[in-house]
Amino acid sequence: MRVPLSWLTEFTPVEEPPERLAHALSFLGLVVEGTEVVPAPFGGIVVARVLATRPHPGADRVQLVDVDAGEGESRQVVCGAFNMKAGDLVPLADVGTVMPNGMEIGRRKVRGEWSNGMLCSAPELGIGPEGGEPAILVLPPGSATPGQSAAEALGFGADIVFDLEISPNRGDCFSVMGVARDLAAGLGLSFSVPQPPHEVAEDLPAAAVAIDPAAEDRCPRFTGTVVENVKGALVSPLVRRRLVLAGMRPINAVVDASNYVMLELGQPNHPYDISRLGGGGLVVRPAQDGERLVTLDGTERQLGPDDIVISDAEGKAVGLAGIMGGADAEISPETTTVLLEVANFAPLTIAETGKRLGLLSEARTRFERGVDPELAPCAIDRFVDLLGSGVRRGATTDLHPGRAAPVEVPLRARRANLVLGTSLSTQDCVALLSRLGFEAGQRADDRWVFRVPSWRPDCSREVDLIEEVARIYGYDKVRRLLPAHPARPSRLAGWQLARRQVREVLAGTGASEAWSSTFLSSRELELAALSPSSAVVVENPLDSSQALLRTSLLPGLLRALRSNRERQAGALSLFELGNVFAVPGGPGGDLVGSGGPEATFPASLGSGDGHGAESRRSASLGGFLYRVVEGVVEWEQLGLVASGAGVDATYAARAWEVIAGALRVDDAGVVPVAADLGPGALIGLPALHAGRRAVLAVGGRPVGIVGELAPEVAARNGLAGRVAVLLVDLVLLLSATPKPLVAREVSRYPAVDLDLALSVADVVPAGEVAATVREAAGELAEEVVLFEVWRDKSLGEGRRSLNFRARLRASDRTLTEADVGEVRERVAAVTAERHGAELRGARPTS
Amino acid sequence: MNALSATVGRAKLLLEGAGSVLELRALEPEAFGKRSDLAKATGQLRDLSPEERRQLGRALQEARAELEALFGRRLAELERQEAKQRAESERLDLSEHALLARRGGGGLAEGLAQPTLRGYLHLVTQVREELEDIFVSMGFEVAEGPEAEDDWHNFQALNMPAHHPARGMFDTFYLGTGGEGSALLRTHTSPVQVRLMVSRHLPIYAVVPGRCYRRDTPDASHLPVFHQIEGLVVDEGISMAHLAGTLDAFVEAFFGAGRRARLRPSFFPFTEPSAEFDVTCWVCGGEGCRTCAGSGWVELGGCGMVDPAVFEAVGVDAERYTGFAWGFGIDRMAAARTGLADLRDLVDNDIRFLTQF
Repeated sequence: MRVPLSWLTEFTPVEEPPERLAHALSFLGLVVEGTEVVPAPFGGIVVARVLATRPHPGADRVQLVDVDAGEGESRQVVCGAFNMKAGDLVPLADVGTVMPNGMEIGRRKVRGEWSNGMLCSAPELGIGPEGGEPAILVLPPGSATPGQSAAEALGFGADIVFDLEISPNRGDCFSVMGVARDLAAGLGLSFSVPQPPHEVAEDLPAAAVAIDPAAEDRCPRFTGTVVENVKGALVSPLVRRRLVLAGMRPINAVVDASNYVMLELGQPNHPYDISRLGGGGLVVRPAQDGERLVTLDGTERQLGPDDIVISDAEGKAVGLAGIMGGADAEISPETTTVLLEVANFAPLTIAETGKRLGLLSEARTRFERGVDPELAPCAIDRFVDLLGSGVRRGATTDLHPGRAAPVEVPLRARRANLVLGTSLSTQDCVALLSRLGFEAGQRADDRWVFRVPSWRPDCSREVDLIEEVARIYGYDKVRRLLPAHPARPSRLAGWQLARRQVREVLAGTGASEAWSSTFLSSRELELAALSPSSAVVVENPLDSSQALLRTSLLPGLLRALRSNRERQAGALSLFELGNVFAVPGGPGGDLVGSGGPEATFPASLGSGDGHGAESRRSASLGGFLYRVVEGVVEWEQLGLVASGAGVDATYAARAWEVIAGALRVDDAGVVPVAADLGPGALIGLPALHAGRRAVLAVGGRPVGIVGELAPEVAARNGLAGRVAVLLVDLVLLLSATPKPLVAREVSRYPAVDLDLALSVADVVPAGEVAATVREAAGELAEEVVLFEVWRDKSLGEGRRSLNFRARLRASDRTLTEADVGEVRERVAAVTAERHGAELRGARPTS
Repeated sequence: MNALSATVGRAKLLLEGAGSVLELRALEPEAFGKRSDLAKATGQLRDLSPEERRQLGRALQEARAELEALFGRRLAELERQEAKQRAESERLDLSEHALLARRGGGGLAEGLAQPTLRGYLHLVTQVREELEDIFVSMGFEVAEGPEAEDDWHNFQALNMPAHHPARGMFDTFYLGTGGEGSALLRTHTSPVQVRLMVSRHLPIYAVVPGRCYRRDTPDASHLPVFHQIEGLVVDEGISMAHLAGTLDAFVEAFFGAGRRARLRPSFFPFTEPSAEFDVTCWVCGGEGCRTCAGSGWVELGGCGMVDPAVFEAVGVDAERYTGFAWGFGIDRMAAARTGLADLRDLVDNDIRFLTQF
C-alpha cells in the first residue's frame, strides 16, 4: 500500500523527518518497503487569469486567449480548448517549461499568431483523466493569484510516499486513516478524522436496497444512497494527484471519488449508474447455481450459491459482492445519477469466492481481512463531499442486520507482564491502548475490560490486546533474558550423531556432499531404471520436469555426475543424504512398506495429533520416518556415486565397509542378491550391473544395495566408464544397534599368525567364507583378515584362492603347535563342509 | 509349395544355429532379407497367373512373418544370454572387496594406504550443524519431522483454518495421493512444533532443522526447495524477554561478539505477539553498507510468542504455559556467511563449488 505523507497529515500532525517516520512505521509492524521522494510538480507552471478570449483569425479549432500571468501586462496564448471565460484562473506553462510528458514549451507561431506559452489541461499536468473534450483546468475562483506557482495554488507540495507491506491481520491499515492512527499512537501524537458535511436533499427518494434473507449472515451491513447531478462534477486536482501517488489512475469524477474513499478510509464502495439498474434498486443475494456475470475486468464468471452477488431490483446480477462490480451498470461519462453502495461483507465468504475465481481486487483485499462495519456513514459523506457542491444526495437506506455489540476483552496487566517480560502497571496498559482507540471500561478483580474499536476485528482475545500493548510500548524496550530452564543437559540423539558420522567418514574417503532437488521428471527416473509409477505426483508442479518426488537419490546424483562431466570434471565421488518418497505398495512392487520399519521405531514424536484421524498412523522418530500422510511413504536415504580411473563396484563396497565400521554396526555384510529378497532398500537394483551388485545387510536384514551402474544404464546417461553406486536406507541403518563397547583384556602372550589359503568356487561369497573361518578359528583367533585373493588355472575352472591370515593368541599361555594344528584342522573341516573349500596350504608365518 | 517349406526350414535352421547377436544379425539378409530365397520367390511372383500369385503371395507372407518372429525371439534370447555372460564374465564378489578393505585392523596390517585428502561437506550441512551445535549447547534438543505433511499439521493446528488469508503467505505444493486428505509438502518446519507439543511432556526446548517447500520460481534469492531451522520453547514463565534474550545469545554465538538481534512487530498466525527479527549487519557490523541498505541491520527471520490458539489445538494449557518460537532460512544464512550471490549455486552440485567450503 502506497501512502503519501501529505495524506497522513490530514489525520495527524506529523512533523518528524521521513527517516524517523519510516523507522516508526516499521517498529509498529507496518513494514516500509520503500520510501519515494516526490518533488513538487509543475516547475515553470504558474497561475494566470483569463482576460479575454478571441477567435483565431486563421483557424476554427483554436482560439486566442489573453491572460495575466502576474506580470502586469497581457500575454497572448493560442489554445485548443474553449471551456474558459474571462476571469477564470488557469495554469499557464511558460516558455521553456518541460511538461510531465517531456515536451518543452516554446514560443511559436500558430497559423500566423504568436503563442507565448500553453494553457494546461488536467491530463497535461498528469493529474487528470485522458480522453474526452479538451478542457483547460479551471481553478476555483479566488483560490489563487496570478503569477503564483500552480503547484502551490493546487496544494501540491513535494511529498514522500511510503510503500508499506500490510500484514494480513490488519485490514484497517489498508487505508491512509488506519496507518495514520497507528503512526499517531506510536509517536504519541493527536489523531482525528475530519468530518465531512452531511447534507441530505429531502426531495430525493431514499435508495431502494434490500438484503435477501439467505444472504443476511454474509452481509452484516448494506447501505444505498442516491447521488444526483454527478455528470460534470469535478473532484479536486489534489484528489487526482493523491490517487496517482497512491498508484491509481484517475478515471472520472465518480470513480475517482469512490477510489479515494476506499484508499483514505479503507471502505470499498461501488457507485452504479441508476439508469442502468432494472427497477432502480439493489438487492444482495446468493448467486444461483451456474449464474454468469461479466465482471468489470471483462471476464465472464460462473457463480454458485456460495457466492453472493449484488443484483438490481429485477434480479439481474450487476456485481460480485465485495469483490468486483459487473460490466453492465458501469459508470460512464453520461451518468447523471448514481446509486452508491457502501456495504460490509463477511470476510470468509469473500475469501472463498475470491480464491475460487482467482480474482484479486482492492475490495477483496480489504473485505477478506475485515472492514469496520461502522465506517459506512462516514464513507458516504466523504464520497459526496469529494464530488463538490454541485451534487445532491438523498437519504441513505441503511440495512444493518448483523450489527454486533462492541467486543469487550478483559486484560490482566499481570498476564501482559508474564507474556512480555515487562513490568507495566494497569494504568500503563490503559494509556497505551487508549492511543489506539481501545476504551477501558469496567474493572473486575485484577482485570480491566476493554472495549475493542470496531475497526479492529483482529482483536478478540487477551493476547491480542497484549500484542497491542507491546507494539505501542515498543518491542525494542522489551528486556533480554535467557530462560532459566536449561538446567538439563542436551545432546544430539544417537541416530543424529550416527548420521553426522556417516557424513564425516564419507568425506574422509574423499567424497563430497551434494544436495539435489526433491523434484524430478519421469524421464529422469527412467534414466536411472526406476519406475515412475511408484513416484508421488505433485499436483501443482512448477513445470513438468519437476512433477514427481524422487523415489531415490540416484537420479539426482547421476544428474550431478553428468553436469560435472559436461564441465570437464575428472574423477568424482559424490554422496547425498536426503528424504525420498514413494507411493505405498505401488505398482512397482519394489518399495518399502511391507516389512516396514514403521513398527520398529522408538516413536519419539508420537502419532497423536489431537485430531483423531486414523490416517496419520505413525509419525516420526524425530528424523527419518515413515508414513505420515495417507498415500506417501517417506524415508531417509544415503546415496553415493563415484566415477573415474580405477573406479568400479569395489569402490562402493569398500565405502560401505568404512561406514559400517565407523557406526560399529553389528554383523554388517555384503551378501549376494537373492531372488526372494524383500522390499525396501532394494529400489534401484535394476540400475545395477547384474554381475557386480550385492545387498548390504545388517543383522541379516537388507538395508541397501551396492554395485556398479549397468553398462546400458551408464550409456543412457552418457557416462563413460564404470560408475560405483551405493544406496542405503538410513532409517534402517541408523536404527541398527551398535556393538556394545566392552573392554577385552589384551593378552601379553606371543601370537602365532596362521596363513590359510582356501580354494573356493567363485560363486561362494568371500564374506561367508570369512565368517566361517572366524567362527571355526574360535576364541584363539584375535583377528582374521583376507589379505589376498589369488587366481590361477591350477586351482581349476571357476575357483580362486582366498588367502586369510589369522592371528592366534591365548590370554593365559603361549600357544603350542598342537593349538595351531587344531585351528587349522577345524577351519579346513568346517569350510570344506559348508563351502566346498579346499585348504591348499596353511602355515604359521611367525 | 514344397520348395517354399524347404526354404523356410533352411532359414529356420540358420537362425537357430546363430551363436551370438552379431552372427544372428549377419544372417538376416540370407534368412529372409534381400539375399534370401524368400525374396527371390517374391520377385518371381509377377510371372504367375493371378490365382497362383494370390496363393503363393499369401504363403510367402506367412513364411516371412514366421521367420521374423523367430528372429525376434532369437535376438532377445541371445541378448539375454550375452548380458548374462557379460555379467558372469565381469562378475565380482563384492564381499571379497569389502573384506580386503578391512585389511589391517588390530595389528595384522602390513602396510598402510596413502593418506587421501578428505572431501567436503555441503555448505548448507556445515551451517546447519553449526546452528544445531549452538542450540544444543544452550540446552535445546534437535527434533525432525516429515517433509510430506497433512493440512492439519501444516496449517490448521497452526491457527490457519481453511481460507485463512494468511495461507497466502505460503505458496504450497500439493501431492496427488489419490486419497481424500490433502497431502502437501510442508511449507515450513512448524508442523514439527505441532508434533512435538502433541506428543511430548513439557517443557520443550527444541530446534527443528529441515527441508521445506514453497512454490516460488527459483531466482537468486529464492529456491522452491530450501532449508529452514526453527526453535520452540514451551515452559512455565516464558516471556518475550526470553525470546529476545535467546536470539541475542544465539546471534552472538553465531555471528560474533557484539552482534545483536532486534525485534520488530509483525504478523504470523501461529504467534502473538509476532515479530520479525533483524541482526546486526554481518558485512559492516552495523555501520551501514550496501548489504543492509545503510541501516546496519539485516532481516533474518520471524518469531513470536506461541499463539494460545496453537496451544489449544495441541492440548497445552495456555494459562499455565507460555512459549516462543522463531525460524529462519539456513540457505540464506549460508549465503550471507560466504557472500554467495545466487542461491541456485547450492543445488547445482558443481564440484568446483562444493570443494570451496
